[in-house]
Amino acid sequence: MSTIPADVSALKAHEAHDAHHDADHKPGFFARWFMSTNHKDIGTLYLIFAIVAGIIGGAISGIMRAELAEPGIQILTQGWPLGAGPGNFDAALHHWNTLITAHGLIMVFFMVMPAMIGGFGNWFVPLMIGAPDMAFPRMNNISFWLLVPAFLLLLGSAFVSGGTGLGAGTGWTVYAPLSTFGSQGPAVDMAIFSLHLAGASSILGAINFITTIFNMRAPGMTLHKMPLFVWSILVTVFLLLLALPVLAGAITMLLTDRNFGTSFFDAAGGGDPVLYQHLFWFFGHPEVYIMILPAFGMVSQVIATFSRKPVFGYLGMAYAMVAIGVVGFVVWAHHMFTIGMDVNTKMYFTAATMIIAVPTGVKIFSWIATMWGGSISFETPMLFAIGFIFLFTVGGVTGVVLANGGVDNYMHDTYYVVAHFHYVLSLGAVFGIFAGFYYWFGKMWGKMYNEFLGKLHFFVLFVGVNLIFFPQHFLGLDGMPRRIPDYTPAFAYWNQISSIGYVVMAVSMVIFFVNIFWSLGWGKKAEDNYWGEGATTLEWTLSSPPPFHQFETLPKVD
Amino acid sequence: MKRIGWAIALAFAAMTPAAAAAPQVPGAVERPAEIAGSASSLGEQIANTSAEPTASAFPAVAPTPGIGAPDGRLGLQDQFTELGQRAAGFHNGPLLLMCLLISLFVLVLLAYTMFKFRRGANPTPSRNSHNTLLEVVWTLVPVLILVAIAIPSIRLLAAQYSPPPADLTIKVIGHQWYWSYQYPDNGGIEIVSNMLKEQGDVKPGERYRTDADGPPLLAADERLVIPAGKVVKFLITSEDVIHSFAIPAFWTKMDANPGRINQDWVKVDRPGVYFGQCSELCGARHGYMPIAVEVMPEALFNAWLASKGGTPKGAKTAVPATQGAVRPAPSTPSPAGGNASIEQPALTQPVTAQN
Repeated sequence: MSTIPADVSALKAHEAHDAHHDADHKPGFFARWFMSTNHKDIGTLYLIFAIVAGIIGGAISGIMRAELAEPGIQILTQGWPLGAGPGNFDAALHHWNTLITAHGLIMVFFMVMPAMIGGFGNWFVPLMIGAPDMAFPRMNNISFWLLVPAFLLLLGSAFVSGGTGLGAGTGWTVYAPLSTFGSQGPAVDMAIFSLHLAGASSILGAINFITTIFNMRAPGMTLHKMPLFVWSILVTVFLLLLALPVLAGAITMLLTDRNFGTSFFDAAGGGDPVLYQHLFWFFGHPEVYIMILPAFGMVSQVIATFSRKPVFGYLGMAYAMVAIGVVGFVVWAHHMFTIGMDVNTKMYFTAATMIIAVPTGVKIFSWIATMWGGSISFETPMLFAIGFIFLFTVGGVTGVVLANGGVDNYMHDTYYVVAHFHYVLSLGAVFGIFAGFYYWFGKMWGKMYNEFLGKLHFFVLFVGVNLIFFPQHFLGLDGMPRRIPDYTPAFAYWNQISSIGYVVMAVSMVIFFVNIFWSLGWGKKAEDNYWGEGATTLEWTLSSPPPFHQFETLPKVD
Repeated sequence: MKRIGWAIALAFAAMTPAAAAAPQVPGAVERPAEIAGSASSLGEQIANTSAEPTASAFPAVAPTPGIGAPDGRLGLQDQFTELGQRAAGFHNGPLLLMCLLISLFVLVLLAYTMFKFRRGANPTPSRNSHNTLLEVVWTLVPVLILVAIAIPSIRLLAAQYSPPPADLTIKVIGHQWYWSYQYPDNGGIEIVSNMLKEQGDVKPGERYRTDADGPPLLAADERLVIPAGKVVKFLITSEDVIHSFAIPAFWTKMDANPGRINQDWVKVDRPGVYFGQCSELCGARHGYMPIAVEVMPEALFNAWLASKGGTPKGAKTAVPATQGAVRPAPSTPSPAGGNASIEQPALTQPVTAQN
């Protein structure tokens, strides 16, 4: 479909004529933003959504870090939203569980995924493959608008009973039977519906991306010429398409267990609570790659651009992502090493998990090799990309430690795990998002961000997140369990450091938002290709911001 | 060093109280001596129980600072099972080394690349984007590193799953939000273990935590007591939602799943007190269901059993279940808030009387 042998010369005159009519004709405000079929507008909506969700999810972690700043319960007995009030201690503790649940679900489903796939994916996949838009523009719209009620349902669940207190207090994993008979009241049902809608949104988006990437590449753009960001989105959406239906099935079974008397996960009725964990993590492990793969893609683009070199080992990089995606489907039970599994199963999942380190290592070394011999400049996106490489490596090596089933006995469900997955997500995926955001800021909005504020944001954030999460390794090794609102005084010191780190991180976010507002208002106008010779993908051949409809004449790729 | 310490502690505990007075072995840690001292005084007290039999014939043996509980250190807790020491050695040796070396290697390589190929120093980039040998090397070397890690890792797993024959079986049951421990080999007694609240949080007259009980949030009113030097098999299950039975100092963590029975085992030589916490989110008071384990020399353990109405394993005189069951839960149900709404699941099934 994309390879329509268009008679380019015949179209040229036509295009020249209505370049200022059709290509840049924008609908009115309501039609443009609420009934959009334009991939760039929908991408913008996704980015705004992700920022809003990120603020909420980040504020929740602020409440959590405030509570954990010192031993005892101080914050949870305050008024909502900090706590559940002073009257009912169990409700205050339940509020804690609501916070950790909301933080996890919001950051995963409503911040990282919408930013990377919905935001940058929508914005730049069509631009990078030389397509005028996504394959199914209306479906694109509904995948965004399904996310809004999903988020509202999740937020709304905080106002209804979840058993001991208000809100769903099951953890983002929603393990049965805590999520079935362990949580009376509609909160968990609302959270489950929220996941259903978010999942449906992602599946529709995945179908859209797969169709777009397979069918709408510009003439000459073979799969092996696609930019690595497009590759990363392609692998990601396949993971989504295959993993999310399993989650949907699992949480539907939860729903019927809760409301219709089935007992899929209730041993008393012949079911099995461990089955839920298998189903959840069959989705959940690919999900963590869903969150990191697009960051891989963005970092590849950024490193190549600022090193002024093509990506080293392009095919190896692309197929390393494919390998990570494939192997990512057969390692899920390393999240469940303590459920009491057979020794052979545990050995298999130990070995399989370690294998993932190989393609990941290929990527790390290929990024460094891309920089090697380059002519590197250190603008903000490059700082975030380099920060990503190092911090992701740190999160990766602790992942290899945790992969050992016999060692994980100790670390499982401790802060060591919290530190590990925040290094790969909060410092990995989020650094990737910021790299992409600064990299494409001028392209998306036509105004350049402020370089000084961008660099300041990077350095303050770098210090902040490392202060938050590095001490959590120590807490975990000393035995501090996850998901507890209060702790024995021996854990006080590093928890306090961690909470101080949160404040530093929060300051960096203020710098970030000041930068956005300043740059959108007073930033200097962005050129078409403001990064110069290193930026070689198709979006840099367009104006900044690109016309409302681009590539009406398909570009040709050699 | 620590092994020597336990050996001493063990020896002292087995000896007469007088022996505890002189633990002046050069180089020996003070801590085991302390334990030995308390264990011995305990022995004295048991000897005196005929004179003054009280319910609290077994005052809490104070934990040793830095042992069996977190102490704010930068690494793993000291390990007191053979497998725990092996796993900790594996972590502190090869795994930690791997973490540090790889992180440092990447950091140095990045820093060097950033410096050497900065635009000011290298204005013209090379176009080099392939090097088959390099790519093969950085695929194969990580494979070799991982194989080198995987072999001891798999062996460790095999060892963890090869328990020797059990000397004693204890059933561990997780509840929202406390633990109970049944001793089917010992006349079917049951211990219900609730977290001890702080002094300010209890009503006048109620028991509160003292330092002898253990650190805040870790101390329990009734400890899980096991004999030293014996292979103890835990059968772990839950009565409501999923909990996880975790004792860091034994390298033990096993989920308590409702409707399933998981098995785990420990053999601890050093008498003393060790703490853990529920390690699977189980509802509001998830952070308030500690696991407190006291390891006693066998003679003391048998005396403790007797004080709870139990019998040594294999003893012919079985105690009727109703008499043996210790059931203090309702009196001290809520660890911190004193909320009456906590559901105490009724233990309707009779406790098995014999083995």
